[in-house]
Amino acid sequence: MAKNIWVFCEQRDGEIQNVALELLGVAHELAEKTNEKVNAVLLGHNVKDKAQMLIAHGADGVYVVDDENLEKFVTEPYAQAITHIAKKYEPNVILFGATSIGRDLAPRLSARLKTGLTADCTKLEMDEEGNLFMTRPAFGGNLFATIICPDSRPQMSTVRPGVMKKLEADASRAGEVVVEALEWDTSKFAVTVLEEVKAEKAEANIEDAKILVSCGRGVKNLESAQELASKLHGTVSASRTLVDAGLVDHARQVGQTGKTVRPEAYLAFGISGAIQHLAGMEESEFIVAVNTDKNAPIFKVANLGIVADAEAVFKNLNKLL
Amino acid sequence: MKIIVCIKQVPNTTEIKIDPVTNTLKRDGVPSIINPDDKTAIEAALTLKEKTGATVTVITMGPAQAEKALREALAMGADEAFLLTDRAFAGSDTLATSTIIAAAIKKLGADVVFCGRQAIDGDTAQVGPQIAEHLGIPQITYAAAIDYCNECGALIVKREFEDRYQTLKVAGPCLITILSTLAKPRYMNVWDIVAQDEKEIRIITFADLDLNKEDIGLGGSPTKVKSTATKQFDKTIETLELDPESAAKAIVDALKERHLI
Repeated sequence: MAKNIWVFCEQRDGEIQNVALELLGVAHELAEKTNEKVNAVLLGHNVKDKAQMLIAHGADGVYVVDDENLEKFVTEPYAQAITHIAKKYEPNVILFGATSIGRDLAPRLSARLKTGLTADCTKLEMDEEGNLFMTRPAFGGNLFATIICPDSRPQMSTVRPGVMKKLEADASRAGEVVVEALEWDTSKFAVTVLEEVKAEKAEANIEDAKILVSCGRGVKNLESAQELASKLHGTVSASRTLVDAGLVDHARQVGQTGKTVRPEAYLAFGISGAIQHLAGMEESEFIVAVNTDKNAPIFKVANLGIVADAEAVFKNLNKLL
Repeated sequence: MKIIVCIKQVPNTTEIKIDPVTNTLKRDGVPSIINPDDKTAIEAALTLKEKTGATVTVITMGPAQAEKALREALAMGADEAFLLTDRAFAGSDTLATSTIIAAAIKKLGADVVFCGRQAIDGDTAQVGPQIAEHLGIPQITYAAAIDYCNECGALIVKREFEDRYQTLKVAGPCLITILSTLAKPRYMNVWDIVAQDEKEIRIITFADLDLNKEDIGLGGSPTKVKSTATKQFDKTIETLELDPESAAKAIVDALKERHLI
């Protein structure tokens, strides 16, 4: 019988991605419901030493395939490796980060393993029988659908980065590391990597910011937003309007087509709060909204809502701090 | 080279609004469009056609009105168009949908398959890779540029990630999913608008394909929608009307209270 909850632990250049740790956190919660184990799946080349970190973050065991065919991400070798271990151990659930790697690999595997896959989940729940309830936004965040996969195993899902909470690392946790090897079907390796180039400029990582000064249509002068952000040791983010207008880089966009953030404080200036935007920030610990329109939907999610002109409030804040 | 482009007709979700009274989606009068990534996929295929003399076949699965999307693709310059439509296809999830589309591609024959990266109504990005697996051909997703290398007879594809890109080479049949940033889709041209009127949209039904009923439709879909809900907000707070100076002070006080400054 299919058993245990697996997390595909994405690494890039040997560095475990944050989303992998977040997924171990949610997997841990789900596993408590059914007394299953959490297994990390770690694929790459010279990555075996990362297994301990995955155990510290909640994995009860780690399956490692360490091979030069897995040095750079290419779909087919990664799919072969996971298929090999999934057929051998028959997991109940496999979770992937909804990244450009997870969203490439997971659908390929779902077709190979002939099972269902739910994309971009923002909430996961489990019943006592081990059935997974996967909730995801649909229609640009206007609607939420809860999806089940009652008759096929493994139940598969990709999960948005930044939504789930990782556990505090605990170095005293113990877990088993199982190294797997497989016979590669190299006749299927038709894609060759000619080069891999990392982005030059370090993109602003709004997902890691403690405080976000977020700007929307009501903000014309981004310099005062930048000034406020540096005074607060925060980062500037923006709604889609400013990104589409070319005033702010896409990497700083919050919302359905941008990033999901949950900072300790989200300060929304001149953002009306379209549902697509709210989907990306409503989990923030503390939300302040400043907008001239007292009916703006952003006020529905704000802890402190102020009807005022964003620019004028910027000026006063910068004076005050 | 024969290129098949898979497209989807979608409601223009940027125009969908919530009815504030019933809290449901207002879809009436929302126009249908070719999914944006798919439209770029058509453009990419037409560009490759101009370079290599390839032929471009466009297919879509959907109800009869999806013909409009195919007509638009023909008017952009596609050579032929097929509509996959059958009651038996209804209710398919991504896996069942990909099973049907893969069966149609097998029947039509293709050297290269293009899809958009994802559709704006579902945002799953799953059908493309699932088709590729059914066909047993390699996939390249998130394509930001595609070029054909004459000397090596292979496609060279720029594949985007969040923090990097790869340049990939693929010889032989493959499926590529395309980002809307790859190119700006051309407008329909007058001659092709006239010419497409003459062209027939050909229909493919369940009976035309090598498919098992139990692999498609609602019954052949491993995932089921258990429930749907519109967004609910549980935070209710007082919205204060303050002058800018008091507003700034209220914000600073609140951040201090939470030890954030």
